[in-house]
Amino acid sequence: MTAQPKTLYEKIWDAHVVERRDDGTCLIWIDRHLVHEVTSPQAFEALRVAGRKVRRPDLTLAVPDHNLPTTARLDASGARLPIADPESAQQLAALERNAPEFGIRLIGATDAEQGIVHVVGPEQGFSLPGATIVCGDSHTACHGGLGALAFGIGTSEVEHVLATQTLLLKQSKTMEVRVEGQLGAGVSAKDVVLHICGVLRASGGTGYVIEYTGSAIRDLSIEGRLTISNMAIEHGARAGLIAPDDKTIAYVEGRPYAPKGADWDKAVAWWKSLASDAGATYDKVIVIDAADIQPTVTWGTSPEDTVAITGVVPAPESFADPAKQEAARKSLAYMGLEAGQKLTEVEVQNVFIGSCTNSRIEDMRAAAAIVKGRKKADNVRWAIVVPGSGLVKAQAEAEGLDKIFIEAGIEWREPGCSACLAMNPDKVPAGERCASTSNRNFVGRQGPGARTHLVSPAMAAAAAVTGRLSDARELMA
Amino acid sequence: MIPINHVAGTAIPFGAKNVDTDVIIPAHWLKTITRDGLGKGAFESLRADPDNIFDNERNKGAQILIAGDNFGCGSSREHAAWALLDMGITCVIAPSFSDIFSGNAFKNGILTVVLPQEAVDRLLDVAVDQPIDVDLETQTVTTPFQDRFSFEIDPFRKHCLLQGLDEVGLTLAREEAIVAHEAKIADDLPFLAHAG
Repeated sequence: MTAQPKTLYEKIWDAHVVERRDDGTCLIWIDRHLVHEVTSPQAFEALRVAGRKVRRPDLTLAVPDHNLPTTARLDASGARLPIADPESAQQLAALERNAPEFGIRLIGATDAEQGIVHVVGPEQGFSLPGATIVCGDSHTACHGGLGALAFGIGTSEVEHVLATQTLLLKQSKTMEVRVEGQLGAGVSAKDVVLHICGVLRASGGTGYVIEYTGSAIRDLSIEGRLTISNMAIEHGARAGLIAPDDKTIAYVEGRPYAPKGADWDKAVAWWKSLASDAGATYDKVIVIDAADIQPTVTWGTSPEDTVAITGVVPAPESFADPAKQEAARKSLAYMGLEAGQKLTEVEVQNVFIGSCTNSRIEDMRAAAAIVKGRKKADNVRWAIVVPGSGLVKAQAEAEGLDKIFIEAGIEWREPGCSACLAMNPDKVPAGERCASTSNRNFVGRQGPGARTHLVSPAMAAAAAVTGRLSDARELMA
Repeated sequence: MIPINHVAGTAIPFGAKNVDTDVIIPAHWLKTITRDGLGKGAFESLRADPDNIFDNERNKGAQILIAGDNFGCGSSREHAAWALLDMGITCVIAPSFSDIFSGNAFKNGILTVVLPQEAVDRLLDVAVDQPIDVDLETQTVTTPFQDRFSFEIDPFRKHCLLQGLDEVGLTLAREEAIVAHEAKIADDLPFLAHAG
């Protein structure tokens, strides 16, 4: 009997089914669990109240990131500086107390490896291809860039994973998003995923796990693939996946938590078998021509509100759906934009380069290449670069990238989630505009009343030096 | 978890599409280490408007929220479900929900009812001045005007909601199967069986 051809998703799923119920619900084994300070305190508290233990503390890694300030964490003598906000300090203290109490490894706020969980996981080799990975954060989809089945969970599920190392799940439908062809010069992974957000809209992926395929995806570096998969949740998908290949294997090899010796050889053999079989079918297929993708920017308050930087702000009447017309009107009022306005004429007062979407070394290099030899525009009040981890920061500094930013008048910060979400001191003031490499332009996301334009690192850097949304290609050497 | 079966009375005719969890509970409310007290931060940006629907006198004590397509999209924060519960909401009706939100709602005993857009539109009209009745046992939503809409729900979720069951406890009872799988992973995929 010939085996039924399977997709990458189906192969990973099948390898992790502990038990299948009659109604199709499966108990799924979880290989790796990341926790941070914001969505874990109530889970640990529930375990404590019920007198439950963590089943496999060795498979969970704790890293604080969301509300850590990105300013210096140590004083001149090397002593730890206090966190001004008492509630943030309380959540960090809770994580630092809970991890050792339950026997979980913690990369602490002042450790060299600290960073955003979704940067740290792949960087440490904790996240692996073919693994099931969860975290109480929707951008866990990020790790799918390595070919891991990774998705965000709520706090009750965090508790469930801690107590049982499993989750109760229904198998998702499968969607292939195939991007064929060669990307134009100056078009980045972020532009690709913003373009996909526009095509699929905010709920087009609901109920699906998306596998990104095609030559344009295969040509991307691992950093770029992590950027793509990171935003799978912005089209509603449970997870994103990109098949592991030689680039993935080379990326993982030698990282601290990566398999070694005989385990490594077994791992490589299995990873090479994971790609979707020829003849495997998806429930839905979307094909995108790479040549159609331009440097992209958002104009509204949903990641689906995308437009090429060469374009104009759309008129609400241009949408077929009356509900979308109404939403677009509200978005334009919130964003302070007029239909028909050229995007390149929109001035920005803030620039944020960072977040789990775009804070890896390649992102730092792309931004620095634009900034080099230029200065921050006078109308840009605040521009910061926040590396995704201490190791990214150290690498960037070894390459002299920090100096390029600092000489241009752009701040160089400590790793963390920073201005992606208004939970720490890095916020955008009400009514001001920010060119941001993060993943969400929701109302109030970067601070009450803040106006967010999602862009790539090169485009954010271009905005910093021109003072307006700009086509980064015009500044490329 | 508190069992839920029948929810009836005032329903808030909200209806907005793509309401993300940043709108349901903004990030600055997440700096808590308990589950309680988030109701005052719920829908904060919308409630800045004094004429907002949530603080309308008529909707005081409402247990039902009628929402638009893709309700609860965005961040995985379970605080969104806790905030709704803290406001007194135990049932949300919408044409669709984000996957993560509906899971979080379920785990906190909130019933999420998926109905076609036309049915939701009808309920939005009715709820302006009439009560709505949701019955989980019979999987129906009814109005005083003889409207009757049936909804689908996963049988396991229905069972847990009706009984108020704790999922962690249920899974811990499957210890034998978990141990067997753990041993299989150690044999077949040893590189996944331990980290580092």
